[in-house]
Amino acid sequence: MSVTEYIRKSQLWRSVFRHPAPYDRRNRAVVVLTNFFLHLHPVSAKKGGIALSYTWCMGGVTFFLFLVEALTGVLLMFYYRPTLEWAFTDIRALRDVNTLGIMREIHRWGAHAMVITVWLHMYRVFLTGSYKPPREFNWVIGVLLLVLTLLLSFTGYLLPWDQLAIWAITVGSNMARATPFLGHEGPGFQLLNVGGFDLITNASDARFLLLGARTVGEETLNRFYIMHCVAIPVVVSLLIAVHFWRVRKDGGISQPL
Amino acid sequence: MNPHPDLTVGVIHGLGWLYLLMFFLNVGWTVRSFRRDGHYHSLFGVEHIPKAVVWAAFSALLLLVALSHLAVNSDPESFLLRLPLWFKGSVDAIIANPISYFALSMVVFLAVVCLKDWWVQPTVAWTLFNASTIFLALSMTDYDFRQIVGKPDNVPIVGMLYLVGFFTWLYFYKANDNDRRVAEGRPLHEKELSDQVLVWPDLVYTEMVCMLLVTALLIVWGVALPAPLEEPASAVKTPNPSKAPWYFLGLQEMLVYFDPWMAGVVLPTIILVGLMAIPYIDFNKAGNGYYTFEHRKFAVTTFLFGFLPLWIGMIVLGTFIRGPNWNMFGLYEYWDVHKLEVLNNVNLSEMFWLDVMKQPLPRPGADDDILVQVGVILKREWLGILVTLAYLFVIPPLMAVTVFKKFFVRMGFIRYMVLATLVLFMASLPLKMALRWAMNMKYIVAIPEWFFNI
Repeated sequence: MSVTEYIRKSQLWRSVFRHPAPYDRRNRAVVVLTNFFLHLHPVSAKKGGIALSYTWCMGGVTFFLFLVEALTGVLLMFYYRPTLEWAFTDIRALRDVNTLGIMREIHRWGAHAMVITVWLHMYRVFLTGSYKPPREFNWVIGVLLLVLTLLLSFTGYLLPWDQLAIWAITVGSNMARATPFLGHEGPGFQLLNVGGFDLITNASDARFLLLGARTVGEETLNRFYIMHCVAIPVVVSLLIAVHFWRVRKDGGISQPL
Repeated sequence: MNPHPDLTVGVIHGLGWLYLLMFFLNVGWTVRSFRRDGHYHSLFGVEHIPKAVVWAAFSALLLLVALSHLAVNSDPESFLLRLPLWFKGSVDAIIANPISYFALSMVVFLAVVCLKDWWVQPTVAWTLFNASTIFLALSMTDYDFRQIVGKPDNVPIVGMLYLVGFFTWLYFYKANDNDRRVAEGRPLHEKELSDQVLVWPDLVYTEMVCMLLVTALLIVWGVALPAPLEEPASAVKTPNPSKAPWYFLGLQEMLVYFDPWMAGVVLPTIILVGLMAIPYIDFNKAGNGYYTFEHRKFAVTTFLFGFLPLWIGMIVLGTFIRGPNWNMFGLYEYWDVHKLEVLNNVNLSEMFWLDVMKQPLPRPGADDDILVQVGVILKREWLGILVTLAYLFVIPPLMAVTVFKKFFVRMGFIRYMVLATLVLFMASLPLKMALRWAMNMKYIVAIPEWFFNI
């Protein structure tokens, strides 16, 4: 009995992997059914539906990048404090933290890449008509995931607290003060007025809600940090689960049932 | 020494490696061409020469160019391979002008759709790839071009352009193939591959290879290009230009033509609602789960119009071409803060009252009753309000009985109205651009009193 065979037959091994190695047809099916990580997939699929030139693999790459961002993001959180005093210096000091290496680079380039791969995934899904019945609602969830990906990237853009960061966020969030009815420079805000008293001012409008202050400041940094590290990722994870589940329930990747 | 050198030894060596990469890619292409492209009947009097000889010669040229770059060790200013000034000048003249920039992007878009049978041929597409890469490489010999394109956060955009180009090509290549199959009565490519295969190994391995490639790419990218970190944030030092993150630059570009409440709130909302509405307004049952153009011309063309010239094109414009004071600059032009552009935009109401009626603009008095003020404002802006209402409420029924007649009959009232409204909102951007350039039109309805300008 060889060593590998001995290990494979041990109680320990068989408690983790409940079937022989996936060398034959039966065990290749069983591995997908019994493995938690593989059970996202069906056991079998149409050859044309999983061909790389058909799927472009952009949805898969997006998901993988999301995992990369989560991993590198947690590592960065060990070294980063979201306060005016420390945010910038912490990021600058990261360059000297050898154990972290290029984690910040991977996090930033991965974020840009994720925005691009989301668009390309959407491009492919449109071009193969894969939003057509019965997958209409999954396309809607996909659009929500697109918005959340952009918001993740946008909130993360502020955290280094350099010139690039605050002015990009200032320009991006200035739009909110022109929100109809809810922005203090938007059309119709004068109508929300009780007894000559404006309800919508620069300290109570949509932009204030976004920033937590009248300008991009410490409250904004804190707000964006929580959105970036906790709130949006939780919602995204939930929607990804629904997205994948519905792909399976609607008959696999993007071809009619 | 010139503080802004067009060429340095580092740049020349970098380009040398790029040309070397191009050489290897083209050697691969030569092999492919030798196997598939056949022979010239007669070339310069010699018979039966493989067509691959052209690619072999091109590859050899690339190798020579690469070596001549890599051999440079001193005096980069005297290196000869660089963009000629007349070329930079003429490119800048086209790019820095909004009319010719958008005309060019429309021409490219129309060419992508109308000439799809021609440009998706592998040899043509490969030639286009070579041409665009050589254009990029030669452009890198310009200092100002490098300043913009080499900015760390702009590098992904260049990658994105190649990816979008490649996948657009792939789409049309596969769609053309399927459309030909349908015309000849053969089964679709996807239908021919309808055997069931096991996900392990066929899909799981593809996924693993993709993961490894992406990991490798991120590591190489992270080592080669440090993440940007500028000066510490300062609320008093406003950079000029101030730009949103690159993926929002299409929206920031709309600010040139619309007020923030439209460009920053209403139009983005409509883009998202419109995207979500696509599956519910596209009643066409064909084209589900396979690549095709002929079966869904309207849907694909509309989507490509929104994605390529309007979204990607405006990101390119906002990133590479908009400079200080949001003026347009050529690719090889220095971003001069003092560049002046004449802006004398006028509102539709001013055109009507001042030019046509030869009267002063009606102005509400500050002490007037609120209803009187409303009346004066409506009187001042009646033409613009009428035009806007007509655009949104008269054109849809007109289209329903003319160009969109078939759609209206098949879609029903609600679906059709959603479609028509979305198309009109999408068209409002190019229309507003055209009005700006043709007549310096600022706002169609201008009611600054209520922050309501369209």
